[in-house]
Amino acid sequence: MKVLVCVSNVPDTTTKVTFTNDNMEFNTAGVQFIINPYDEIALARAIELTEGGKGTVTIVNVGKADTEPTIRKALAIGADDAVRIDATPSDAYFVSYNIAEYARDKNFDLILTGRESIDYNGAQVAAMVGEFLDIPSFSIIKKVEFDGSIATVDREVEGGKEIINVSTPFVAGCAEGVAAARIPNMRGIMSARTKRLEVIAALESGQSTRIIKYEVPPQRSTVKIIPADEVGKLVELLHSEAKVI
Amino acid sequence: MSVLVYVEHAEGNFKKSALEIVSYSKAIADQLKTNLIALAIGNVSDENLTALGKYGAEKVLNVSDKKLDNFVNEAYSFVIADTAKQEAANVIVLSNTFSGKGLAPRLAVKLKADFVSGAIELPDIQNEKFVVKKTTFSGKAFAYVELLSSIKLITLTINSYQLIESAVSSKIVKISPEFRDSDFRATVKQVVRSNDKTPLPEAELVVSGGRGLKGPENWHLIEDLADALGAATACSKPVSDADWRPHEEHVGQTGISISPNLYIAIGISGAIQHLAGVSSSKTIVVINKDPEAPFFKAADYGIVGDAFEVVPKLIESIKEFKAQK
Repeated sequence: MKVLVCVSNVPDTTTKVTFTNDNMEFNTAGVQFIINPYDEIALARAIELTEGGKGTVTIVNVGKADTEPTIRKALAIGADDAVRIDATPSDAYFVSYNIAEYARDKNFDLILTGRESIDYNGAQVAAMVGEFLDIPSFSIIKKVEFDGSIATVDREVEGGKEIINVSTPFVAGCAEGVAAARIPNMRGIMSARTKRLEVIAALESGQSTRIIKYEVPPQRSTVKIIPADEVGKLVELLHSEAKVI
Repeated sequence: MSVLVYVEHAEGNFKKSALEIVSYSKAIADQLKTNLIALAIGNVSDENLTALGKYGAEKVLNVSDKKLDNFVNEAYSFVIADTAKQEAANVIVLSNTFSGKGLAPRLAVKLKADFVSGAIELPDIQNEKFVVKKTTFSGKAFAYVELLSSIKLITLTINSYQLIESAVSSKIVKISPEFRDSDFRATVKQVVRSNDKTPLPEAELVVSGGRGLKGPENWHLIEDLADALGAATACSKPVSDADWRPHEEHVGQTGISISPNLYIAIGISGAIQHLAGVSSSKTIVVINKDPEAPFFKAADYGIVGDAFEVVPKLIESIKEFKAQK
């Protein structure tokens, strides 16, 4: 089985988010970048499905050269090779178009992404890649298993899940439950240095949204502390002041 | 020109989140001085379809076909795109639900529409510009996104727009679009409903527990408080990682982001990753025995105390309050 895993380079989850250039740009000063946590789940599942000679895992990332440490980490975790599409990932449409055009003639059986990136939170790439390639997509899955070329996928739906049968190829956005993220071991880190990382030019998608500014949420007003032996007061405030009950 | 809203239903009934986006779409249609058209796929009674007029849908389209009884992402998106073309829709609105997340990106590609997912306010439409505010960095920031294409697509975050009645007389039109066989490559074998409770992303009241609860055997405290309030239950990441609770309940940066009216956090210290997922809650209550817990800085109301003493008293107090009402 040939699996393509789409990996996004995102700020570490502990990052305090600030902006520069008149709130038009994310301030990357002092920020650690990591593999998007949901993409790590996708990668772990791809490795489970292919290890022991059962297939290969290719990483694809749309980014400039500064994303290469993240790509190398994905190789260290166990992917076989990687492709970097050399461009700033301006929006999901651009990223998906480029991933789809790269994948079009490569006969991947399965394309996995994370359910969403933790920076832009678009949750768009899996379904857009599916549409560009005219193959089924499952935006948020909790499980994917194979019996030959037929997969069983658990798709998250409102208030439950659907258990779906689908044959390859298809695209799926992985959420918690699909696999446990893996950490690279020393052998992985050593071998990652020599694994193939191809850089290809990006294509114009002919369309793009534009972020015109960012904003940080306003601080909440000071917390009202209610004595632990007067919980009735909290109920009263939630009713008369906050008006939520 | 028109605004098209795709309205989800559960076994023929529209949920509040569905009516929210009809109200939201009506406000956009008014700003653009155009009509609002609603589309529902599947079996919905005429009575329920007509009721969408109460929130401003002048025309309600319904596709009912056996092939569409289960949610088939590819076929549904084909039908919505086809309808958008027929109705010359230039703004299309869906809910940012699980199914909305499956459908909307495919629509964006089919219609060459600029697309914002997870909008939290009405678009700012002036001077030929169309700008939509959305949550980014998993709740740590907002972004204002300009859509440039002639067709614009938005998914609206649940619980971020109120219901506004603007009664119009609505006309129901049954449509039967063409399907493509290739859109039925995935087969739904089984639909599993988790339970009868309100799904967490849609819940208006949420009670959440962290490591301070000490173990899964104490979760009745969270559940009893949630039952007393009529709330959904949630948990922090360490709790779902330890398998005390299922992953679906994990709220935070790498779990679900929620924006309920009331979020009660019990025994959760308030790590930055957790705050990211809940910071758009309208009112936050924190119960923690550590007065230095960072969560108090992000809360509206706080009780410094032991959950095992405070929560049972709070449950009693809420029951009394409910009984009086």
